[in-house]
Amino acid sequence: MIAAFEYFAPKTVREALSLLAKYKEEAKMIAGGQSILVVMKQRLLTPEYLIDIKGITDLDYIKYDEGKGLRIGALTIHRAIEKSPVIQKHFGVLSEMEGNLATIQTRNWGTIGGNICHGDPAGDPASVLIALKAKLKLASSAGERIVEAEEFSKDYLEVALEPNEMLTEIQVPTPPAHTGTAYEKLMVMKGDMGIIGAAVSITLDSKGGCGDARIALSNAASVPLRAKKAEKVLIGKTINNGLLTKAGEVASTEATPPADVHGSIEYRREMAKVFVKRAAQLALERAKAA
Amino acid sequence: MKGEMKELKLTVNGKPYELEVKAETLLVDLLRQELKLTGAKVGCLDSACGACTVNIDGKAVRSCSVLALQANGREVTTIEGVADGDKLHPIQQAMIDHGAIECGFCTPGMVMSAKALLDENPNPTREEVKEAIQGNLCADEGYVKYIESIEIAAREMRGGQ
Repeated sequence: MIAAFEYFAPKTVREALSLLAKYKEEAKMIAGGQSILVVMKQRLLTPEYLIDIKGITDLDYIKYDEGKGLRIGALTIHRAIEKSPVIQKHFGVLSEMEGNLATIQTRNWGTIGGNICHGDPAGDPASVLIALKAKLKLASSAGERIVEAEEFSKDYLEVALEPNEMLTEIQVPTPPAHTGTAYEKLMVMKGDMGIIGAAVSITLDSKGGCGDARIALSNAASVPLRAKKAEKVLIGKTINNGLLTKAGEVASTEATPPADVHGSIEYRREMAKVFVKRAAQLALERAKAA
Repeated sequence: MKGEMKELKLTVNGKPYELEVKAETLLVDLLRQELKLTGAKVGCLDSACGACTVNIDGKAVRSCSVLALQANGREVTTIEGVADGDKLHPIQQAMIDHGAIECGFCTPGMVMSAKALLDENPNPTREEVKEAIQGNLCADEGYVKYIESIEIAAREMRGGQ
């Protein structure tokens, strides 16, 4: 079923990077494999070399410092993020998002880095990380670079990794005071891939107006989509119900969603309105309480 | 080299194994075809149904979505390793006594998800029980009796409390 490949199980990032440098485009990395094995079974992907990084324990960590923010090792499993007390306390939206990501079995083995690098625009973590202004640390044998989470996805299942690069860390800054973030997705059953998902972050200024806003949608385009026009609807205004509705409507016009068995383009656009508004409302409540 | 046999050391149901496998072998195929442990079922082979659920280092995972080599150095428990000799595990016993088992195809996966839950959380809420078996589909729609059985087993395992 899965096409044969040559298998490596490096124990360090350095070892993994030298294998990548050697085999480049012919190699693929597998972390938890909850996404890549699906496409390998379908033979949509038939790598010559498979580099299994699941055993690199150095990339399995959650660190928090108020100044530096949150650092998540790329090989941290979803379940660890969901259950982390420090994430629940300071970045609750990440824990909530993980709680609705697939099933416990998938979360027990799949990693956040693997999810992001798979580049599926329907994935949940990318949108939430964009709303949180996260950055990604990429490493190659030549060195490291940092990219904005927002810049990482290039197209459907394509990300900004060079053939010799791997994702090593997710960096989430501590949000400014009076910031609230929420993620809402449309599921038929809990844990489903969202038919549409919306992550919204709102920062209130000293007068209670909207100082800053970030809106990112899942499954609404060929990449996790930042809805910049919808953000502008909120920024600088005192948010009321009408404005939240407007933000949803504008975000919906920015979306170019796919049509599939779960929903038509028209349905996804309609639901984008509903879920952006819902997430924005919750983000606003949280910003007021923060 | 592509296609060569790779060394794999793991523990399955408490028994250590040293094996040679092809790199593309899925854990479920290793268990069922090499080790003849056919309790874990292949339903969808696509990480959707949960019938292949086993525990790796005590956590529920889908053995159709893990390469056998990824279990290297780890401890795998399958449904065959749950009973204590002839004495069924309280989860198994509760499912039989309470009539939770219909066709039985999803049962091994249900037991393994329930076992991972109760080993970690002996006194789960109903929501936590539901969440634990959320990734185990039952074609007979027998979810309520499964949920109740797991609660009965949890009480039994806590010594009737």
